Amino acid sequence: MTTTKAGMRFAMALVLAAGISVPAVADDASIIVQSTTSTANSGLYDYMLPIFEKKTGIKVNVVAVGTGQAIKNAQNCDGDVLLVHAKSAEEKFVADGFGLKRSDVMYNDFIIVGPPSDPAKIKGDKSAGDALKKIAGAKANFASRGDNSGTHKAEIKLWKAAGVDIKDSSGQWYRETGSGMGATLNTAVGMGAYALTDRGTWISFKNKGDFEILVEGDKSLFNQYGIMLVNPEKCPNVKAKAGQSFIDWVLSADGQNTIRSFQLDGKQLFFPNAEAEPMQKAG
Amino acid sequence: MQDFAEAFRLAFTLVLSGDPDLLEIIGLSLRVSLSAMLISCAFGLAIGATVAVLRFPGRGAVIVLMNSLMGLPPVVVGLVVYLMLSNAGPLGFLQLLYTPTAMIIAQSVLITPIIAALSRQVLEDLYSEYAEQFRSLCVPTHTAIGALLWDARYSLLTVALAGFGRAVAEVGAVIIVGGNIAHLTRVMTTAIALETSKGDLALAMALGMVLLTIAILVNASVMALRSTAARHAYA
Amino acid sequence: MLDAVDRTTAGERIIASKAAPRGLLPMEARGLTLAISGKRLVDAVDLDLNANSITMIMGPNGAGKSLLIRLLHGMITPTSGSITWSGEQLNEGMRRRQAMVFQRPVLLRRSVAANVDFVLSLRGPTDKAKRDHILEHVGLLEHAKQPARLLSGGEQQRLALARALALEPDVLFLDEPTASLDPASVLRIEQIVSSAHASGTKIIFITHDFGQAKRLAGDIVLMHRGGVLEHTPAEKFFEKPQTAKGADFLAGRIVL
Repeated sequence: MTTTKAGMRFAMALVLAAGISVPAVADDASIIVQSTTSTANSGLYDYMLPIFEKKTGIKVNVVAVGTGQAIKNAQNCDGDVLLVHAKSAEEKFVADGFGLKRSDVMYNDFIIVGPPSDPAKIKGDKSAGDALKKIAGAKANFASRGDNSGTHKAEIKLWKAAGVDIKDSSGQWYRETGSGMGATLNTAVGMGAYALTDRGTWISFKNKGDFEILVEGDKSLFNQYGIMLVNPEKCPNVKAKAGQSFIDWVLSADGQNTIRSFQLDGKQLFFPNAEAEPMQKAG
Repeated sequence: MQDFAEAFRLAFTLVLSGDPDLLEIIGLSLRVSLSAMLISCAFGLAIGATVAVLRFPGRGAVIVLMNSLMGLPPVVVGLVVYLMLSNAGPLGFLQLLYTPTAMIIAQSVLITPIIAALSRQVLEDLYSEYAEQFRSLCVPTHTAIGALLWDARYSLLTVALAGFGRAVAEVGAVIIVGGNIAHLTRVMTTAIALETSKGDLALAMALGMVLLTIAILVNASVMALRSTAARHAYA
Repeated sequence: MLDAVDRTTAGERIIASKAAPRGLLPMEARGLTLAISGKRLVDAVDLDLNANSITMIMGPNGAGKSLLIRLLHGMITPTSGSITWSGEQLNEGMRRRQAMVFQRPVLLRRSVAANVDFVLSLRGPTDKAKRDHILEHVGLLEHAKQPARLLSGGEQQRLALARALALEPDVLFLDEPTASLDPASVLRIEQIVSSAHASGTKIIFITHDFGQAKRLAGDIVLMHRGGVLEHTPAEKFFEKPQTAKGADFLAGRIVL
């Protein structure tokens, strides 16, 4: 049948035209780290991973999502290492048997940013709690992640500590974007709303408009990162050896120094505080 | 907004500099979306042609379903494919999550209904013209389908391009199943989403312009191919 | 060309082809009825076609002419009644030995040659020499590589005819093939049909054109409201129709 033959030729031509090839698959010498947008967007991984890869030959693939989704993905065994910032959720992850030992890696800190007009007059407040109370009192717009991420969880904790019930104000002055940190900051800048963000994201964020850091330095604003291996007993696919060597390196003096030396606009973004490293050094 | 001017400047600089990272991302975008288009054509055209030619009970419902599935939200497709390919899912053993293959699968699922529904319409219109002649000639169904696909090939090329356009432009599905991993699964749209989330709107916009340019180039080359083929079809 | 004489069962003299008839005749339809949503569009037709003649089917619009030949060709299934060709029920094998040309030619979106190749491929391997011979016969060989749809109306219908003849049918149905063509094109089509008939193909031809019927017809089947009013040798029909309605029709009076 000429028609069929001609059709085949047509299909073949299409295939050739598209240059279809066998897609690359992550090989054995690579691991997947489920992590957060805040670390990835700052550029930290772009800085430290090549150093690790050069040393060990292990390729590290980072999936950057919200902490909530990162933990969920790791529970589905879709990753080898988890590096996030929501200590209680991480501890639950380990307690439930999804992860092995959790270790502190580093911290950065949260800051409250807002428009220079500062309608709630919080600029320079030493206490994050006081600042949030003033925002609620003034019913000034506040953009929240609203996505169950590490930053969102930290924010909820701060509101609770400040004694403000934000549930009733949702949709009024309290705006939940349900998006990542960057998208939420874009929204905050767009509507002139206050927002809680981590310093790393803020420094590397390019769409600041005229926004400024209004509140910083409160101890309650510290943002602790933890790292852990996904449990190979629960997830047989986990590349335990390669994953553990990444964790060991991150916690080693070499890894910690790498984190410390990462700078953006001349500023250090992350403060290593793995157990071997005393906290004071980082401050 | 000076973002637009800045974006134009950046887009030109990016393209002219031949930045290897950008080329890698463009290459992956093309590979993933063109592969998805070919796979979707294989399935979609077969489905579309079958539904166009055969009369069976429930055919109307199938057409409604096909037309509705054209509006599948990419995020939902991404989520479903993620749940299937996840190590906790039924196809986890394939170890495809966070690979370009996973992205091809997600985009194929997304655009197969588009190819099927649009080709069904194109082929049915042609079949209504041919049907009586084919019945007179006792043309077997498979031959009829082959003849329809061949004679409608130029219209079907547009259908395939519609599928490609949807695939190359979507971000919701590939970001979930691909993970937007640098140098592995980062494509144009996920890179744009990333730069937007970093607040680098000018760079995001510049990438958007590059993506649009690629789409125009792909369409233009297919059209050129088409007119060359048409000129030679009768030679 | 139209010179041999044959006798039908009705004892009527009908001009038939000199060439030996091929295979399928006689055709016998009994009580042939097609009803669509209760309306009897073809109503209890009894019809015998015995001679290898050119049978012209005439009658006002809506009389059921097109439906009748589609029934005889097996393209649609009758509601009731029977059709036999050479004593056997109409079947797929017989249908493959028949061909039909429609009022508006249905051409594939391909070249002239590819249109002929397509039908040749349906019955066996495509034969380039055979295709070229047929195109030559209908005067389209020089257009072989052109897109079929760019031909003129007359050329398109000749291609449709060539495609039908490529099947070497025993029976050729034509549904008003010259309805919208200029006189020269009509004449060429008629020549091709006549020569097909001369080589032994049974022709069943719907027309509204009395001149055409006089030029070609061996016998006339006059239809009215789904039924056959009369089936008469052409000479006799044009001399004096057998029915009053037939006389009205021939005289151009409104027959409804």
